Amino acid sequence: MNLPSADFLTQMTQPIDRVLAQVNRIILGKDHQIRLALSCLLAGGHLLIEDIPGVGKTTLAHALATTLGLNFQRIQFTSDLLPADIIGVSVYDREEASFKFHPGPIFTQVLLADEVNRATPKTQSALLEAMEERQVTTEGETRPLPEPFFVIATQNPSHQVGTFPLPESQLDRFLMRIQLGYPGPDAERALLQGSSRRDLLNRLEPCTGPAELASLRDGVTRVHAAPALIDYLQALIQHTRASTEFAGGLSPRAGLALLHAARAWALMDGRSEVLPEDVQAVIPGVVGHRLHAAGQHGRINGVDVAARLIAAVAIP
Amino acid sequence: MTKSLDPRNVTWMALSMALVMLPHVERLPLWISLLAVLVVGWRLYVAWQGMSLPKKWLLLLLVAAASAGIYLSFGTLFGRDSGVALLVVMLTLKLLEMASLRDAMIVIFLSYFGILTEFLYSQTIPTALLMLVGVWVVTATMIGLQWRGGAIRYQDSLRLSLQMLAQATPLMLVLFLLFPRVQGPLWGLPRDAYAGITGLSDSMSPGTLSQLTLSDAVAFRVQFQGAMPKPTQLYWRGPVLWYFDGMSWHMGISFESGAPSYSPGAEAFSYTVTLEPHDKRWLFALDLPAKLAPNSRFTNDFQMLSITPVRQRMRYEMTSHTSYRLGYEGLTSFERRRALQLPEGYNWRARALAQNMRRAARDETDMVDRVLGMFRTQQFFYTLTPPLLGEHPIDEFLFTTRSGFCEHYASAFVFLMRAAGIPARVVTGYQGGELNPVGNYMIVRQSEAHAWAEVWLEDKGWLRVDPTAAVSPLRVESGIAAAIPATDPLPLLIRGDIEWLRQLRFTWDSLANTWNQWVLGYNPERQFWLLSRVGLDRATWQTLATILVATTTLITLMFAFAMLRRLSRRTRDPVAKAYRKFCRKLARRGAPRAPSEGPADYAVRAAAQLPHAAAAIKAISERYIKLRYGRPRGGESVRELKRLVAELKV
Repeated sequence: MNLPSADFLTQMTQPIDRVLAQVNRIILGKDHQIRLALSCLLAGGHLLIEDIPGVGKTTLAHALATTLGLNFQRIQFTSDLLPADIIGVSVYDREEASFKFHPGPIFTQVLLADEVNRATPKTQSALLEAMEERQVTTEGETRPLPEPFFVIATQNPSHQVGTFPLPESQLDRFLMRIQLGYPGPDAERALLQGSSRRDLLNRLEPCTGPAELASLRDGVTRVHAAPALIDYLQALIQHTRASTEFAGGLSPRAGLALLHAARAWALMDGRSEVLPEDVQAVIPGVVGHRLHAAGQHGRINGVDVAARLIAAVAIP
Repeated sequence: MTKSLDPRNVTWMALSMALVMLPHVERLPLWISLLAVLVVGWRLYVAWQGMSLPKKWLLLLLVAAASAGIYLSFGTLFGRDSGVALLVVMLTLKLLEMASLRDAMIVIFLSYFGILTEFLYSQTIPTALLMLVGVWVVTATMIGLQWRGGAIRYQDSLRLSLQMLAQATPLMLVLFLLFPRVQGPLWGLPRDAYAGITGLSDSMSPGTLSQLTLSDAVAFRVQFQGAMPKPTQLYWRGPVLWYFDGMSWHMGISFESGAPSYSPGAEAFSYTVTLEPHDKRWLFALDLPAKLAPNSRFTNDFQMLSITPVRQRMRYEMTSHTSYRLGYEGLTSFERRRALQLPEGYNWRARALAQNMRRAARDETDMVDRVLGMFRTQQFFYTLTPPLLGEHPIDEFLFTTRSGFCEHYASAFVFLMRAAGIPARVVTGYQGGELNPVGNYMIVRQSEAHAWAEVWLEDKGWLRVDPTAAVSPLRVESGIAAAIPATDPLPLLIRGDIEWLRQLRFTWDSLANTWNQWVLGYNPERQFWLLSRVGLDRATWQTLATILVATTTLITLMFAFAMLRRLSRRTRDPVAKAYRKFCRKLARRGAPRAPSEGPADYAVRAAAQLPHAAAAIKAISERYIKLRYGRPRGGESVRELKRLVAELKV
């Protein structure tokens, strides 16, 4: 294994810092959430942003896509959206006397699925299948999706009217779920005084491109996870399975997700090895939608579950 | 401690308590069981609804009322039954004032004690297993109570409890085998502990023995040394009955003056009897015993009586002669009068019959044969369910109903003999026994209870005559199950017609016998025998105690060592060890690391708290992070980290 040099780290952190700086100019006062979102994409996972309307979910998704220099499609999910509206349809072409496939908006590098929980389960599952397989099969033909392919979905909290909550099996396909929350007073003030977000978005220039993104993603896989860190991860996972505090423990897939995200986080921090702190930083995003506190009526906040988990497990 | 109890733990406690009390339910008055259910339900409701516990005055009132109720139900507050009832009531009421962990622990220990009380009633293998389950669950409950760090899943607490019990097993075995034993029980059971034990009694009326036959309880077990007697020789002698009041037979006065001498025949059998407790004094032996069991006396009619009632399982060696001549020297006038006693004014027809037969008979031997011949040739039936008899039972039996069990035949025979002027007496005991091929010993059950007769003939002395054998030869030759019509009620276990059931029963009884002999009957003799087998002859209690202490220490050390090894596997990493030392140093200066705090976070926080050592903290933490979480590299040495930690001044 060739050892990553200091050179390697600067090579990695420079574009990351640029991306972060730019997105931070659009979304104010949400540095931690933006880092989480970016680490999710660097780890190659799909991102779910859950919050009430109007806190900037769509703006964040849009800003991320543009800044990363990826082409971008947006689908507004509604209850009458059909799978074909996402994947595409074959239409009879009279001149060529054959069916011609018209690709849907899913054939893009970043797909923003806005208010994903307002669509019917059938449409949701069409999207989520594509997310997992990274390819689409219609009328017996399999078509690969572009590389990279990210889904950034936003959803309203499921207790709002007119939503179909995503089942747990589909929530699991998102590497992370983050919540934005209200901005702080200073950020709010800056937001109110500043120019319109839409203008800013339109003027946004990409900071990087698909090629650099691919090398960043490769860099993430080269971040070192020491045996001592794997011990800590295992202790965390084991605790969720053994403790009665949680209804059902973390799956092996969730464990892998935790490790990938932690690696991305470490890289963003400019380190070539994962620390327990990196794991703790991504736990709220990775674990919040996969783990539920036992014996509680209604879902408890993902951040609270994560905090409980972190506090309960000692670092070996 | 003011931390309130977790409702889940309260539920566990209620559950284990239910398990502890369940075996007592059938013996307790109904109101106590209902009260227990009510109180437990109340406590659970309080726990889950988060309400407060009942007030002190209400509890006092309940205690007073329950105690009064127990006094009214049992007539006392002492003794086994009322004591257990009191324990059950107080244990459940304790739940109502259980507010803290300390109270809960008291309830746990009381539950262990409650499990023990089950031994006052039964000491069989199933009871032991049930109690083991109780100990398991109570221990799991205790683990749940003491668990730190959130709640524990029930599978885990049960598994942990099992593990702890398994770890305790070697210690238990050592204590059981080596703890110095005392002869007999350490303490006596209260008197009421022996109520309801079935067995022979000192009187016999129609129905007594046929009632006993319905019980498949074991009376005693016999291990023969050498040859075994023939089935027709298996008469186990018990109470001898002299006095007849017209309806039932009684012992009358018995004289514990020692056995009269008799001249034994050549045949002798040696065997060991393990007698089940029956709360009476009789010790059973084959007709006729040649020696006394320890701590017993003979009466002059060869009953063997223990000095004290048999209240625990008892083993004795015995030798018997199955052929003998007894009392041929003659009878005293007092004995003769007792052996001819008959109540006036009853059973006229039987009397007349006896006198007629006696006139027709050549001599007394012929008279005996004639009566037996009458039973054999005329229409007499052997049954477990004879019709009820009225004011003149012998008359009705001989002339009207003509069906009866052994007590009817023995009674009628002795009556006829006495009416004909021949001295006679009723002997009760057991006849037969079932050989257990699994353990090669004989089981004698209550169902083998039997009554026969002895007549005294000039020059021959007392002779055993079994009139039942005349009616139903099968009873004596093949046992009770073969002789009884298939329609008569007989316990399932006695019937021999289901082969696999028989096998199962033999195996089970053999197991129970081993349990009795080696676990329940593990006395000083057994202990010394066992020790002599491993080369410890004449072990005094001092040597025993020394071995005991040494072995328990050894076992404890072994477990401690195993645990320490597991702990130290984590501590062996020198990097982690150095870091722990570093954390300890900082903790002494008021900046302890939280268990879930990462090294980088901690370094920042500690440096802020202890600014004068900030540089050292930073250096050490960086090195530690590189060594522990970084890629393995040659450059950074562990020694450097150790040195830095050693030099750290805070």
